[in-house]
Amino acid sequence: MFASVLTQGDFMKTCLVVDDSKVIRKVARHILETLNFQVSEACDGREALDSCLASAPDVILLDWNMPVMSGMDFLRALRDSSIPTRPKVVFCTTENGMAHIRAAIEAGADEYVMKPFDRETLESKLQIVGMA
Amino acid sequence: MIEPRADTFVPRQPSPRASAKGAMGILTAILESRTGQQLAANREWRLETALKPLLRDLKFDTIEALASAALRSPDIGDQVADALLNQESSFFRDAAVLDMVADAVEAMRTDHPHRRPRIWSAGCSFGQEPLSLAMLFGEREIGRDTQPPEIVATDVSEIALTRARSGRYSQFEIQRGLPVRRMVRWFETEGNEWVANPELVRRIAFRRMNLISDPLPIGRFDVILCRNVLLYLNAELRLKVFERFATVIRPGGVLVLGAGETVIGQTDAFRPSPRYRGLYEPAHGVP
Repeated sequence: MFASVLTQGDFMKTCLVVDDSKVIRKVARHILETLNFQVSEACDGREALDSCLASAPDVILLDWNMPVMSGMDFLRALRDSSIPTRPKVVFCTTENGMAHIRAAIEAGADEYVMKPFDRETLESKLQIVGMA
Repeated sequence: MIEPRADTFVPRQPSPRASAKGAMGILTAILESRTGQQLAANREWRLETALKPLLRDLKFDTIEALASAALRSPDIGDQVADALLNQESSFFRDAAVLDMVADAVEAMRTDHPHRRPRIWSAGCSFGQEPLSLAMLFGEREIGRDTQPPEIVATDVSEIALTRARSGRYSQFEIQRGLPVRRMVRWFETEGNEWVANPELVRRIAFRRMNLISDPLPIGRFDVILCRNVLLYLNAELRLKVFERFATVIRPGGVLVLGAGETVIGQTDAFRPSPRYRGLYEPAHGVP
């Protein structure tokens, strides 16, 4: 037999949720799992970078203000890294000013969600980046 | 005084449940008479939620009181119909379809360089659909050297049109379907609201119109979009609207319906377009 055994997880898209709020991570995980994502979590940019260097997800849902390493510092480090794939990055933050949004795009963000968000908003943004 | 016997008929007050059901019937009948739209049984649950703000604004305690007032006052009847209309919409809904519309408009422009393409967004709600088209045309620079395509946007609800004309959207609304790069290109923030570039809004002529009974817009259209509106009408009214569309669509033009809607089995006035998958064209007429 040459066929390998494939599990459901092999077909699922992967999303890394990076947020220092346990509540936000839990809410995002719940929504993403209903959208058939395999979800992992990180509570700051440093932890997220380590996770991406080990195994890059398809998409990253990224908070801006976090201890240890901010979302913006993480994004710059990610885009400068030698990770062979280019994960989609969707900022998900309370920073809703135009200056922040423009800075995020310039740093390489693919989409931007302003908190608070709901399932439809998140799904809509994931569709825009081709992930839902 | 003679006491009524136990078996004597005494009219009873309707139970609150039955009374509320009667009031709902009145209110849905008002919606249908004003707009032609029917509320499917499986959507009745949203009646109470949809009417809550109106109950509060008009200071009525119950649905029954609102129904009674709506029967007496045409103005309150209009407000009830407005509140019950499903105005759910989003930017770039079915984005691939809008891209196809832009392709069609570009092709029309090439075939008829001296004619300004005309687009009708029928049932435009809060304006996300015509604004999405205006953005697309702007980005593709369609008509940059002459005039951008003319966009006429109509809705039966004056409340919806007032919002649409303002070009103002909440944070929730602006995030539905609108890619962030387009958001920063075409919108500015004002307090908690996102305001469309006035130049973009000016490219759209917003008008109140009942698709069933009001006079049709003057002239012919190259594209008519009527997405997720006809599904609320019965078959007879749907047919009437299709026939009305057929009288104002230009030969060679396209009709765009919602993802779950079709002309097949509904009307002979339109047929699937061989050029644009999922769109429809008038069955008769030479371009």
